[in-house]
Amino acid sequence: MTSLPTHTDRKLGLVIDLDTCVGCHACVTACKGWNDQGYGAPLSDQNPYGSDPSGVFLNRVHSYEVQPHDTPAQIINFPRSCLHCDDAPCVTVCPTGASYKRAEDGIVLVNESACIGCGLCAWACPYGAREMDADAGVMKKCTLCVDRIYNENLPEEDREPACVRTCPTGARHFGDLADPESAVSRLVAKRGGYDLMPELGTKPTNKYLPPRKKDRPQEASLLAPLLDIQATGFAGWLDRVLGKI
Amino acid sequence: MTHHQPHLDTSPPVSDEIRRTTCYMCACRCGINVHLKSGKVSYIEGNRAHPVNKGVLCAKGASGIKQITAPSRLRSPLKRVGPRGSGAFEKISWDEALALAVAWMKPLQDTAPEKLAFFTGRDQSQSLTSFWAQGFGTPNYAAHGGFCSVNMAAAGIYTIGGAFWEFGQPDWDHTRLFVLFGVAEDHDSNPIKIGIGKLKGRGAKVIGVNPIRTGYNAVADDWYGITPGTDGLLILSLIHCLLEAGKIDLPYLAQWTNAPCLVGPDGLLLRGEDGKLLVVDTATGQPAAFDVPGVQPDLGAVWQGSRTVFQHLAKRYLAPDHAPEAVADRVGITAPRIRALAAELAHAAFDQTITIDQSWTDFRGTRHATMVGRPVSFHAMRGISAHSNGFQTARALHLLQIILGTVETPGGYHFKPPYPKPFDAHPVPHIMPRGSGPLTGPHLGYPRGPEHLALLPDGSPARIDKAFSWENPLSAHGLMHMVIANAHAGDPYRIDTLFLYMANMAWNSSMNTAATMDMLTAKDGAGEYVIPRIIYSDAYASEMVAYADLILPDTTYMERHDCISMLDRPISEPDAAGDAIRWPVTEPDRDVRGFQSVLIDLGARLALPGFVDTEGAPKFANYADYITRHERRAGVGPLMGWRGDGTATGRGAPNPDQLDRYIANGGFFQAHVPDAARYFKPWNRAYQDWAVEMGFYDAPQPYLFSIWSEPMRRFHAAAEGQGDRQPPEALRARLKQAMDPLPIWYPPFGEVAAAAYPVHALTQRPMAMYHSWGSQNAWLRQIHGRNPLYLPTKIWAKHGFAAGDWARVTSPNGEIVVPVEHMAALNPHTVWTWNAIGKRKGAWGLDQNAPEATKGFLLNHLISELLPEQGDGLRWSNSDPVTGQAAWFDLRVRIERVDAQMQSLPAFGPLPDLGEPS
Repeated sequence: MTSLPTHTDRKLGLVIDLDTCVGCHACVTACKGWNDQGYGAPLSDQNPYGSDPSGVFLNRVHSYEVQPHDTPAQIINFPRSCLHCDDAPCVTVCPTGASYKRAEDGIVLVNESACIGCGLCAWACPYGAREMDADAGVMKKCTLCVDRIYNENLPEEDREPACVRTCPTGARHFGDLADPESAVSRLVAKRGGYDLMPELGTKPTNKYLPPRKKDRPQEASLLAPLLDIQATGFAGWLDRVLGKI
Repeated sequence: MTHHQPHLDTSPPVSDEIRRTTCYMCACRCGINVHLKSGKVSYIEGNRAHPVNKGVLCAKGASGIKQITAPSRLRSPLKRVGPRGSGAFEKISWDEALALAVAWMKPLQDTAPEKLAFFTGRDQSQSLTSFWAQGFGTPNYAAHGGFCSVNMAAAGIYTIGGAFWEFGQPDWDHTRLFVLFGVAEDHDSNPIKIGIGKLKGRGAKVIGVNPIRTGYNAVADDWYGITPGTDGLLILSLIHCLLEAGKIDLPYLAQWTNAPCLVGPDGLLLRGEDGKLLVVDTATGQPAAFDVPGVQPDLGAVWQGSRTVFQHLAKRYLAPDHAPEAVADRVGITAPRIRALAAELAHAAFDQTITIDQSWTDFRGTRHATMVGRPVSFHAMRGISAHSNGFQTARALHLLQIILGTVETPGGYHFKPPYPKPFDAHPVPHIMPRGSGPLTGPHLGYPRGPEHLALLPDGSPARIDKAFSWENPLSAHGLMHMVIANAHAGDPYRIDTLFLYMANMAWNSSMNTAATMDMLTAKDGAGEYVIPRIIYSDAYASEMVAYADLILPDTTYMERHDCISMLDRPISEPDAAGDAIRWPVTEPDRDVRGFQSVLIDLGARLALPGFVDTEGAPKFANYADYITRHERRAGVGPLMGWRGDGTATGRGAPNPDQLDRYIANGGFFQAHVPDAARYFKPWNRAYQDWAVEMGFYDAPQPYLFSIWSEPMRRFHAAAEGQGDRQPPEALRARLKQAMDPLPIWYPPFGEVAAAAYPVHALTQRPMAMYHSWGSQNAWLRQIHGRNPLYLPTKIWAKHGFAAGDWARVTSPNGEIVVPVEHMAALNPHTVWTWNAIGKRKGAWGLDQNAPEATKGFLLNHLISELLPEQGDGLRWSNSDPVTGQAAWFDLRVRIERVDAQMQSLPAFGPLPDLGEPS
């Protein structure tokens, strides 16, 4: 079994705004595109033009319907990827040390050369955030684009995860959640960002910002008619609206 | 074991080279950085410097990498050797293919050019394709706007001088309230997402009006689950509420619209001897030209019995039949909710006024110290417009924007250059009544009255699609969805060669798909095909390929030059004119050629004007050469940037280095609107002068918004019996209804089937596939590979549906059998599915057992291209009676539960795989 670091200096992660995510899947294919040619083995597709295509995606978007009792039904678009947990059960379950959490920034990675493809980590992860690559026989997961965020071959503005860089609505934010003054920490404080399934004790780094209350129109004063058109007729209305009476 | 970390190189090399070009996974035209490793495309990301997407990129854009390796790519020219529709082809050389095309076309060009019908689908080079067709002399040319969103485009042009997407957009940086009507996804895909992100970021409100609560409507702060086809009724009721409360922008109406103009006895607006519109000046009580300095137009005037447009509109919409209580049941929204929405609009427009500290001078010479705006904005596209009342509904939406005073003011709707452009600055339609020779102008345009209809001397339609006929007089984009049906019926006449580009007419782009396949393969008594010859160009083995006689294989978008031109559909932003190119960032690995270069080659072989020099030799080597050297007017060519010696913008001699300059700049060029010209563009002297300088037009052309539409009234008057050019009797009543000069709502024509078919059926395109020619994409099909029919709770419960069930869906035109799923966030009378997921077996390089071919389906089978006969023995096109836009969303169905199936119905025989090397 594999140990977690006793302490991480930083906690890099994502803050995902469920009020803003329109479910467009831009982050899904940007992630696929970058990681297909980035860290570790490519993300293979099995039977890509066939009857049952299945490929590895490190980030997927699910759409759920919720039916509040007092307002109309809603659709929530929910992007799902590794949460880079503090107490990551996928790491502690790993028999070879291939799964590990970085001490300097808290990113959870798989060292593919040590991975035997046993799949225990995927079973241990309660979020379904790991996918086995059928071609390479190794476990794949979100790397938080560790090969982008420090990459000196990229312009500084591009040193962020591919999913964050591409998100058209700006629903995805990247930063250090250990620093209470970071933009992401402030956003979490302001918007009531929350952990996914905190009762499991995994202490996820990534946070989700909840959808704002919907379908509750502000109590804008309803428009009062200028006067009773039935009583004054159109001419009365016209004079009134044009300020002639 | 204790914590241990391997060494990790966190700065690996990213790629060998980045080539910056323009995406073509849909019509949005985003800038992309294409990374290459060892000469192969390795990664695609958004270009941060690009004005459209500013670095972001949608799901389609990043997946474009799979298009250039897709097994469905066609590999060489093909000539049909088996029966049409069988997909039996032989490979031929380009010389043979082009010679065959010329052998078919040349006799037509010389004797009967109308027998060539040339229609393009998801094309972005219409300034070239229309120029080619004009030179050929056929009247039968259009692109796909007729089955897409011409109602939105034409209603906008005729009313305010522009519409949404390429014409204009919300002022995302200032708007406080954004109302979206009926959009699942749109052409303007990334800009809308960026805009909604901005609104969310600053807490501005988003309201969705849509029968289906997905996508943008899912993040809307408030949702109005409207019944399809009633948007116009809702909008006119909102106008009723705003009028009733006096919450309208009177100074705006008086200064910038034809509201103070006087409606004469003939229903046209009174004009002075100089032809200028007249208003009554409040200061003098006398008529004056609308544009004289200092005039104060009186909205309430009566002059010699003629009342103002404002009075006509107020009287109409204040009437009790527009009250929320009178429309609520039909709209599917309660009266208090309608009143609350009107109150929110009024609150945003009139209580949250914003002021920009920028002076400007209007066309009357009046100087304004600031720019004052009403921060409420709207967007709509196909949802409200793909109905047979869509044109008038789109007009109603523009009227709502106008009375709130939001168009071209800060926080409202904002034109993109070269728009604003009034309808009378556009050309009128051109035809060649008969005989050969080039047309004298463009095919498509904006008729001002019946005199501009495209009719032959005997009164019959001049065009194969019957565009610009009495059946749909303002069909500014043509009616591509009627071409095959009309050619098959020989109505109005027979054609010889159908030439199509990138248009899947044998599948998801046609109504009545099964019947369309029959029409494409129908033979006459002599055993000849009724449509004798079909030439088709596509990059992929789409369903249409099997129905052509000659295939001209196109490249993918990363393997060719393209031009997103100011002459056509540029990439301007409200604050900057912009155009762009594509260029071959990778070379094709097969025997294919970019369609535009092929068209230029054909143009030269046919010696079309503009395609050959004075010696008759080809004028252009290829499309890149054409982009650089073609001049539409002296000094004005396809691209505006780096003209002349490289310093001229808009106007200037061709520059041989122009494409290199575009490539060095990331594939695009921008010319920024001066600060004093940013708002009030139709009336702003600084903007008008800048537009002339840029070459958009040759003289300033300020204009008033057309609340009262004179072109509409001229057709309306004809329907009343006035004038020489008269409609057929059978169309008189519906023209009188549809051509009302003020926005109006009438029930969609599909409602005649409502008693037996009580349910509305709609389609949406998923964001990851909208307007894309890549739905077979290896990554995207893993996201959207299935399209169940989504049923609302009421229908689900009524029929006792359970998970895994299937349904028989029946319309007046036929039936389909499809898988169903439950969805609660849905109008209770509406079912829907994702469009164009369903594929024919064997098409697009997919396995015959692909879920798209076994469980996928199209609603198209349920939609007839003709309306039911109404007792007069005639069947009219299932289209908007004003523009001819395909009325896809008028569809009515009924639903029955059936046992689970293995195969959706109807099913068709498999097509052979045309993409794989043989």
